[in-house]
Amino acid sequence: MAEHLADYLEASARRFPERTAVVDPSGRRLSYAELNQQSDALAAFLANRGIVKGDRVGVVMPKSAAGIVSLFAIMKAGAAYVPVDPLAPAERGRRILTDCQIRALITDERRLAVAPTDQDAPATIVVVGSQTTVNGCDQFEAIVATSAARLTRPRALSDLAYILYTSGSTGIPKGVMLTHENAVSFVDWCSSVFEPNENDRFGNHAPFHFDLSVLDIYVSLKHGATLFLVSEDLGKSPKDLARFIALNALTIWYSTPSILTLLLQFGHLNELDFSSLRIVLFAGEVFPVKHLRALVEQWPWPAFYNLYGPTETNVCTFAKIPAAIPADREAPYPIGPACSHCASLVLNDERQEVETGAEGLLYISGPSVFVGYWNRPTEDAAAFLERDGVRWYNTGDVVTWGADGFIYAGRRDRMVKRRGYRIELGEIERALYLHPTLQEVAVLATADADAGIRIVAFASGRPGQPTPSLIELKQFCATKVPAYMIPDQFVVQQQLPRTSTDKVDYQSLKRMAATPRVA
Amino acid sequence: MQDIIDAIRQFILSTALVGEAPENLRNDMALITGGLLDSLAALGLVSFLEKKYSIELDVDDTSIERFDSIADIAATVARKLSVGAGAGKD
Repeated sequence: MAEHLADYLEASARRFPERTAVVDPSGRRLSYAELNQQSDALAAFLANRGIVKGDRVGVVMPKSAAGIVSLFAIMKAGAAYVPVDPLAPAERGRRILTDCQIRALITDERRLAVAPTDQDAPATIVVVGSQTTVNGCDQFEAIVATSAARLTRPRALSDLAYILYTSGSTGIPKGVMLTHENAVSFVDWCSSVFEPNENDRFGNHAPFHFDLSVLDIYVSLKHGATLFLVSEDLGKSPKDLARFIALNALTIWYSTPSILTLLLQFGHLNELDFSSLRIVLFAGEVFPVKHLRALVEQWPWPAFYNLYGPTETNVCTFAKIPAAIPADREAPYPIGPACSHCASLVLNDERQEVETGAEGLLYISGPSVFVGYWNRPTEDAAAFLERDGVRWYNTGDVVTWGADGFIYAGRRDRMVKRRGYRIELGEIERALYLHPTLQEVAVLATADADAGIRIVAFASGRPGQPTPSLIELKQFCATKVPAYMIPDQFVVQQQLPRTSTDKVDYQSLKRMAATPRVA
Repeated sequence: MQDIIDAIRQFILSTALVGEAPENLRNDMALITGGLLDSLAALGLVSFLEKKYSIELDVDDTSIERFDSIADIAATVARKLSVGAGAGKD
């Protein structure tokens, strides 16, 4: 087993120096030798600027080879990278980077507003793709053009590799801390199941702040394969995305079911040649069977796998989808049994193991389980359960155990999933409470046949204030939360319904939300 | 040009902004970066325009620079139509 994610790159650079490691959305290629050299140069620069083991370094930029160089450079310097959504409001990104107290930031000129300020300002800012020198910043291209020896800093499995922020119920995103052991154990499991080799061509659709990218990047580069980065724009255009997969002859594809469904509906798949695809992986949400069946019929040759796992564990259960899906099947496929590097447990509210077929909460243990949330001891205590000397993570997901593995049965808290992203409805409520004319806010999610879920925000206005328009409310949300968290519908009333104990009556709002177009 | 603008406005008001007063929707408003159209609604709009005007919009046409306001989208569609006409398409 490797000790460190950078070990994979260095081993591949020795075995396949001339092979293409990464293809940028712009078409620019980096060989393994170049990727290794550039990340050594940036690592040496960061070390020279005082970055030491355990430090955090922010990465905020669109998908690019520079991004991959940055991730490896940060880890080679012994630090953990903190990727932030380049499309999310700068205010949210700044809150994340301030929360984990970054010491350095790698970004582009357009996104400098994401940098924490005053006493939280990082000492070093590296700017990518800038023609001119930006005041107080260093130029990425100048740094990576230098040559530097590999840093000899000791590497340990217990070092933090990256921190991924997910939606937090208190309104502030929380940082999931993952070590090299967490990542390496998962990557090695992928190797054992998918058996990639240097001839594989991986797509990387997921952004770096989404944990699906961990599989794409590290499994691909461990095996000397080529990683094709999908730009944010391409990701929004199914027709062009389909062409990208076909023309680059990708062999392994990993995305959310939402993206696969869009490819199926808008990608003109019949007109293109996808015969190179050998594995299609999906994760992040339930794949409606009618769409999955249509996709398997469209692409009968690749193997399809349903991967399941929260950011805290990465993939921890998996199921292979049969080559033919019966026409009368409506139930979604199980998420499968635990992967070989994980152990699973289903417990009821009394923390006793449930019988086969009964519902319970899924707990996971093993080397891929995260070490804790950044600076959130209370949430750590709630997330873990010690049992017979083993540390178990409570996923919060309700499952039943069936013949083919676990069947996902939803959640009991206020977390929902949309397009693979976790959303704490409380985070949207907190954002809307900042609106000057709203008095009270309640955000709910309801099932939707087309979109999976629909988010509905109910609100009451402050007395004497004008009622904000739908446009105004959507625009306000766009300055506070990422696009996937903006409610689909807003209902502003004089007051929200209340229970006999004078709390907001979520049950009655839920019934209203389930009625289409309550406004 | 005005008929293209009207068609885009009508589509947005009847899909993503149901119930909104038409006068609140300005032609220079940022639709996607401003949170008014999500990615699925934007795809629906692309599909609608491709069918209505028999054009094909690719990833460059639908980039944020060319596809974020009603005015920009209408200009993109008009440019596509004029290129098509220039190439002798009917």
